[in-house]
Amino acid sequence: MEYELGNFFDEMYESSGEIRPQYLQLSGAIGSVKPERISQLQFSANKTQVNMGMTFNVYHDNQGLEKILHLDIIPRILANEEWKILEKGLKQRIEALNLFINDVYNDQKSLKDKIVPEDLILGSRDFLKPCIGLKPPKGVWCHITGTDLVKNNDGNYYILEDNLRCPSGVSYMLGSRDIIKRIYPNLFNSMGVMPVSDYPLRLLEMLQYISNKEHPVVGVLTPGIYNSAYYEHSYLALQMGVELVSGVDLITRDDKVYMQTTKGLQQIDVLYRRIDDTFLDPTAFNPTSMLGVPGIFNAYKKGNIALANAPGTGVADDKAVYAYVPKLIKYFLGEDAILNNVPTYLARDQEDRKFILDNIEDLVVKETNSAGGYGMMIGPKATKEDHAKFRTLVKENPTNYIAQPTLSLSTVPTWIEDHLEPRHVDLRPYILYGKEIEVIPGALTRVALTKGSLVVNSSQGGGSKDTWVLY
Amino acid sequence: MLSRVANSIYWLGRYLERAENYARFMDVNFNLMLDLPKDQKEQWLPLVQATGDNNEFQKLYEGVNKNDIINYMAFDLRNPNSIISCVSKARENAREVRENVIKETWEKLNELYHYVNSMANSMDWIEGDPIPFFTGVKEHIMLINGIGYATVARSEGWYFRLLGTFLERADKTSRIVDVKYHIILPTPTLVGTPIDYLHWSALLKSVSGFNTYRRMYGTLEASKVVDFLILNRKFPRSVFYSILEAEDCLRNISGNNSRGFTNEAEKSIGELRSRLEFTSVEEIIEFGLHQYMDDLQIKIIDISNKVNDAFFQVKNNFAYQINIEE
Repeated sequence: MEYELGNFFDEMYESSGEIRPQYLQLSGAIGSVKPERISQLQFSANKTQVNMGMTFNVYHDNQGLEKILHLDIIPRILANEEWKILEKGLKQRIEALNLFINDVYNDQKSLKDKIVPEDLILGSRDFLKPCIGLKPPKGVWCHITGTDLVKNNDGNYYILEDNLRCPSGVSYMLGSRDIIKRIYPNLFNSMGVMPVSDYPLRLLEMLQYISNKEHPVVGVLTPGIYNSAYYEHSYLALQMGVELVSGVDLITRDDKVYMQTTKGLQQIDVLYRRIDDTFLDPTAFNPTSMLGVPGIFNAYKKGNIALANAPGTGVADDKAVYAYVPKLIKYFLGEDAILNNVPTYLARDQEDRKFILDNIEDLVVKETNSAGGYGMMIGPKATKEDHAKFRTLVKENPTNYIAQPTLSLSTVPTWIEDHLEPRHVDLRPYILYGKEIEVIPGALTRVALTKGSLVVNSSQGGGSKDTWVLY
Repeated sequence: MLSRVANSIYWLGRYLERAENYARFMDVNFNLMLDLPKDQKEQWLPLVQATGDNNEFQKLYEGVNKNDIINYMAFDLRNPNSIISCVSKARENAREVRENVIKETWEKLNELYHYVNSMANSMDWIEGDPIPFFTGVKEHIMLINGIGYATVARSEGWYFRLLGTFLERADKTSRIVDVKYHIILPTPTLVGTPIDYLHWSALLKSVSGFNTYRRMYGTLEASKVVDFLILNRKFPRSVFYSILEAEDCLRNISGNNSRGFTNEAEKSIGELRSRLEFTSVEEIIEFGLHQYMDDLQIKIIDISNKVNDAFFQVKNNFAYQINIEE
């Protein structure tokens, strides 16, 4: 079947139909085997995912609820020059955002200098008052980030979201690589694909770094087995060789946090917490939380435990704050932003609001505080009723909405039944901030498996691809 | 090691052993039925009786139909001890402590889980031959155990898993002996008939002990089979051997390498071990085989409870914080 290039940037083919250099070997390899064989490999890749327990979704003692995130066996490939720019841009962005978070909870200079409207920050539900005055260990707030980017049809990357809270998906990046390596054993070497497998080690080093102790006890804090990302929590603990703990395992005494072991209490020094910060400690934040560890925030304030990410980082990845990031980079680093922001219209601003209401058919409207592709409307794809509904929503609650022009996400060839078809993708690289800022040379590429769809979220028919960054 | 983690690993061991033993029960009964003369009725109820789940079974099913019993013991999620329940719970426990389970163990356990579920859903076993399924379960679990023996570090977690395995095995082997009690009259002197011979061979085969028994004891006699299954010091599925191994696990966990005990679980298991160590098969038979098995099972439950109290109890931090605030 003919591969139909749409009016989009295709990662493998130039618009002339030429194959881009970084895809030449892969394309040759795919062309040299029968489609039945590729379908077979696709099947066995998904079967391996099941056997690995690489599943997501709410766990219940019912098979139907345990799903895999479909892994497409055609990888997405990034040439080294392209990656270098991403890496540089991401480091710059994380450095600025970290300075901004620190500023927000301490001197608030960027607010006083009116770089960001004060009410936008102080009125945000993600601005956590208990964090005011906090100085986290080594000055780092956002230790782990998973930034979402897309490539537009102009061939440029645009940042979609910064995901500074508890970004997930890194276990899929690592697990997928294991599976895909078995499928193309020869290509990895001959093409020179940069490894991602040392991520757990780097993560552990970062976690150890943020403690004051020489040999800190490190753990991963999970809400538990029913959390949709539980596979990832356990995977990371296993790969790092540290304890996976949940609230029931911990007890706080004298502002220290202890694990309850078969030999009594053992103090824990660092937690990679995968519980949303507002649920972390009912005595400091959301009092109804049953997931967290009462008293842990006090232990954190006293410096008796380090937390990654620091509580409070959510204030900087609000979709409205997003609009100000280029200005923040300029303000804190004196540099122009390397990576593009998507032009963002804030409904809280009167002029922008008028623009949104007049052009809603062409815009993507998003709730400032939601994720997972929910609370969002893609103008060109939505019905008239949806347009009307979102006009009302925007008018009623302008501070909750932003709008952006519709981007045309790039496409990557994807195995559909027995042939390749273009499917839209995004890109989520992972960044660690410890002693220095490191961008892992790989990413989770999420792919919208439905033809023409732009929604890549796993909850809405998305799959994933292994992402190769070449040396 | 976290108390919760130790608890899950212990139950991982127990549930896998339980599932394997149920598969062995079923497998051997099939073999037995194939060998029986035409006029002998198939006996399936003794299996359910021996597991102690007869009352529950009678509540859920009418009559005693072979397929009902297979379904109840293998595929019925309402039976907490069925193969599918045990495998699901073993996997659930492993999932909860995924960070403490090596990749190969987890992947094979996952495979087993999907295998059992697909078989339960397909219902092929009703029409076809269910024996390969029971063999499959047994072999899967032996593979998982083999992975453990070959690769898992001998640290605390390993001993908790083994402790669960051996306590469960001691219990199940005692119940296998009980199957015989339920099949024919409990007169230990009834020997020599071909049917009797078949029954005892079936029991030995269910623990993969037939050849070993023949080599060690020669002729098939009730008292010798009982001696082999309960008191033998070399055979790894005998009750005594299992209790001895479980006791070693407890001592490895506490680090007690002297005599005596350091916690209630060690005390209780030491008592049982020495009772078995200094008992003869004649005394057991004189006491009453079924009664002796009953006592044994009660003692094992008591040990399990003490293990639970000694290692798995955790304080609730929410309650704790409220109490100190008041």
